[in-house]
Formats: sequence, C-alpha cells, structure tokens
Amino acid sequence: MADRSVRTENPEARTQEIEGPAVPAWSRKHVLDLDDFSRQEIEQVIETAGAMKEVLSREIRRVPTLRGTTVVTLFYEASTRTRSSFELAGRSLGADVISIAASGSSTEKGESLVDTVRTLQAVGADMLVMRHRRSGAPYLVARHVNMSVVNAGDGWHAHPSQALLDAYTIYRHLGDLRGRKVVIVGDITHSRVARSNIWGLTTMGARVVLCGPPTLLPWGLRPGQQRNEEWGLPSVEVEPSLDRAIEDADVVMCLRLQLERQQAGLLPSIREYARLYQVNEERLTRARPEALVMHPGPINEGIEISPAVAHGARSVIEEQVNNGVAVRMALLYLLARAR
Amino acid sequence: MPEHVILSADEIRRALSRIAHEIAEHNPSLADVVLVGMRTRGVPLATRLAQRIAEFEGQQVPVGALDIGLYRDDISYLDLKPQLKPTEIPTDIAGKVVVLVDDVLFTGRSIRAALDALIDFGRPRHIQLAVLVDRGHRELPIRADYVGKNIPTARHQEVQIRLEETDGRDEAVVIEPE
Repeated sequence: MADRSVRTENPEARTQEIEGPAVPAWSRKHVLDLDDFSRQEIEQVIETAGAMKEVLSREIRRVPTLRGTTVVTLFYEASTRTRSSFELAGRSLGADVISIAASGSSTEKGESLVDTVRTLQAVGADMLVMRHRRSGAPYLVARHVNMSVVNAGDGWHAHPSQALLDAYTIYRHLGDLRGRKVVIVGDITHSRVARSNIWGLTTMGARVVLCGPPTLLPWGLRPGQQRNEEWGLPSVEVEPSLDRAIEDADVVMCLRLQLERQQAGLLPSIREYARLYQVNEERLTRARPEALVMHPGPINEGIEISPAVAHGARSVIEEQVNNGVAVRMALLYLLARAR
Repeated sequence: MPEHVILSADEIRRALSRIAHEIAEHNPSLADVVLVGMRTRGVPLATRLAQRIAEFEGQQVPVGALDIGLYRDDISYLDLKPQLKPTEIPTDIAGKVVVLVDDVLFTGRSIRAALDALIDFGRPRHIQLAVLVDRGHRELPIRADYVGKNIPTARHQEVQIRLEETDGRDEAVVIEPE
C-alpha cells in the first residue's frame, strides 16, 4: 500500500486519492472530554454509531470485532445506564468485559487509584472505562497506564460519552446541528453532562443557551452572551427565565436536579424550583413544533420535567439510552484501532 | 505515480454483462438470488449487475450492501479506511443463493470477513463470489465464481477500480508506486 503521508504532501498525487472525502484516521487513545475533539472526530463517532445501530438491530446482536480485547469498567460512583451501556457495548463487539465496583475491590483496603488501575493493566485489561467522584481522576490515570482510558463521568467535570450520544440523538432527528438552538435547563454548575455537551454542541455549530437559577449557574456567568475568555468554556448564552430561553428552541435538554442542593442552601424549595424551571407542556408550546426533549436520566418526574413531557411525543429520552449503546460501541471500536 | 489502464469503460460494461449472464445461467431459479455488494465499490457493481439481469431476464434481484469493517482480522492497522457504514441486507438470506460482489480480489481476507458477516445474517444455501478483477496473490483458500478479468500483478502494485457512481468515470488501473 502506498505511503499516505507522502501522498498528502504532494498535491498532484492527492488527486489520485479516490477513497471519497478524506476522513482522517482516528488517532485518539483516550476519551477524557470533548474539549479537544474536532468536528470531524465527532462526525466520525456519529457515523460509526450509525453502523453500530445496525448491528444492534440484528437478531444476533454481536460481532467479533474486539475478540481478545479486555474492557474493564471501574466505577467509584453509582450508575445504572452508563455502566450497563458500556458493558453491553463491549460484549456486542465481542470483547471480554470485567466490571469492578469500588465497594468490594481493594480500594476498601486503602489501595490508591493509581495502584488499582496498574493492577488492572497487569491483569491484562486493554481498555478502562472509569467513573470517579473527583474531577480529573481519569486524566491522572491516563498518565500512568498504557491502556485506553474512557471517562464515564468525573466529578462535575466531564461525561463525554453522554454528550456524544446526545449529539448523535439530535443528529438522527434534526440532521446538521449548525445554527440549532439547544437550551440546557437546570443545575449547570454541578453537571458534567452540561459541560461536555457545551463543548460538543458548540463544536458542531449549535447555539447553546444555559438556563437555571443563578445559584446553579457556574460562577461568573451573567445573563446575556458569555464569551469563551470570560468563563473558560465555549461561548454560550445565559437566560435565567425558562419561558424566554425556550422560545424557538430546537432541543430542550433537562438536567437532573439533585435534591441535596436544597439542603446546601442553593434553592429555597424544590416546589419553587419546579414552578420556575420545570419543562412542562405549557412551556413547550413556545419551542419549535418539532423540538426534541432530552434528559440524561435518572429523571425526577414532576420536578425538572413533567410526566406528560417526559413520556410525550417529543421526548427522546428512551432513545437516548438506546443510542448510548451504539455510541459507546463506536468509541470502543475507534479506540481499539488506535491502540 | 505512473499508472496504466487495464480495463476501459467499455470493457467494464462488457465484463459486467457477461457476469450477469453467467449468474443467470448458473442459477436457474433467479427468484432465490440475492446480490450483496461489498462496500464501497462492490455496491454500485452489484446494482449494475441487478440492472442487467432485470433487462434480459425480466427478474428483479434484490441488492444489499455489506460493510466488513467489524469482521476484519487486522483491526489495529491504522492505514485501513476507518469509516464504518451500515450493512443493509434487504431480505432474509436463509436458504437463498447469495452472490457476493467486490471490485478486486487480492489476498482473500476481505472475502473471509464478508463470509463471516453474511453468516451472521442467516444460513444461505450457497454463497458465490463475483469480482471485476482478480489480481492474484491469495493468502487464503478462496476463489471467485465469476471474474471480469484476470490480471497478473506484482504484489507491490496497487489496483484501483474507478466507477461512475463513486469516482465520476469507469476504469480499472494498475498503479506502480514510486
């Protein structure tokens, strides 16, 4: 096979490249956040997930692609959907999957995180899917191991596979995300889902509007347009009134309200929060008629979202869970190629 | 890179007509035949074969598209085309005669992967193989049932098929790497 690196440097030779539009080879070893993902990389995940979706629609939902590869899931925080979704993704690709919960592991005997992951590597793990309550923990791990590390949620920081499945779900319904208005409603400060989505959606060209009580918006955000340099994340708009924020929205993304926030003094009452920030049918009439309603789960029905909307015609919440398996298969597949 | 044409547009058209006739001749019950093109260029080739068969037999043969990316035995080679596309098999292939269609037959490894992929969709009665060019250098015990043209090549050469649907024109070339 011809040396492609030589070809791309030679403009004349390049015209002979007939593989269709040039898709750069995937070279990423870890998936820690979407802050450094290019538009092409996100598109590649979306397109690969489409092929995985076909595998999941078969009678036998299993292919041999990652035969001989061991995927370990290491979760220091509770999780139902993310964990089961990664495990199903690994198994559907023919990988061996080992799941380790922090309780019941050597962590309880005082073993450090780095020692734990080094042990998992020594045992033969090729990929590590991890969740940790500390922001940045997967970055520490990635520096100390040769395995591929996938961040399945770290503290308030990032949850890239959730943001990718959200982008995929929107793409399947609305196509190109450029110029689409996506409103993220709720507790932005404590939400890793919101942060990764802000990176992913803005990279794909969407217009992101954050909406929530000022006590639950990241420090320094004021109503109006926020530029990148003002808060260290991509440029977004901030609109504290949900009635105004939802105006002409293409996507309304609800976040889970953690009920402890009231005890922490950030909310006067859960009832008041629901009155001002619940996505319900009446408010949804202000959005575009084909608008999608999303939620990363688990849902507090009747608080951040009304039951009628959560189970209504515009809700794609169940589909998000379903797409999660396909998107995580795509990630494991692409990472396996880069090893 | 110097290249020379091994099949012109006319020759490709004639080769496909001949293969279409051979498929019809070998499979008297055309109603059981499914053509499955291997992505990327096997798919337009399969579609053209189905058109020819419809023209002279009056029988519409279903056409599918197969992506073998998930069945390769060499997944970690970065220079392979990374993009996966969905596989589309339009009908139940159990008990049917599946004719796999690819542009170039070389080592046989893609065909090995395609056989694994097909069998995940059911148990065909027969699987046959049609290729536009057989360039030799097999690494597995695989042969084609229908061949457009046998072209002896050196291992280091590259054979490319260009098709109207994917590349804007029809031709097959051998490329001599510098």
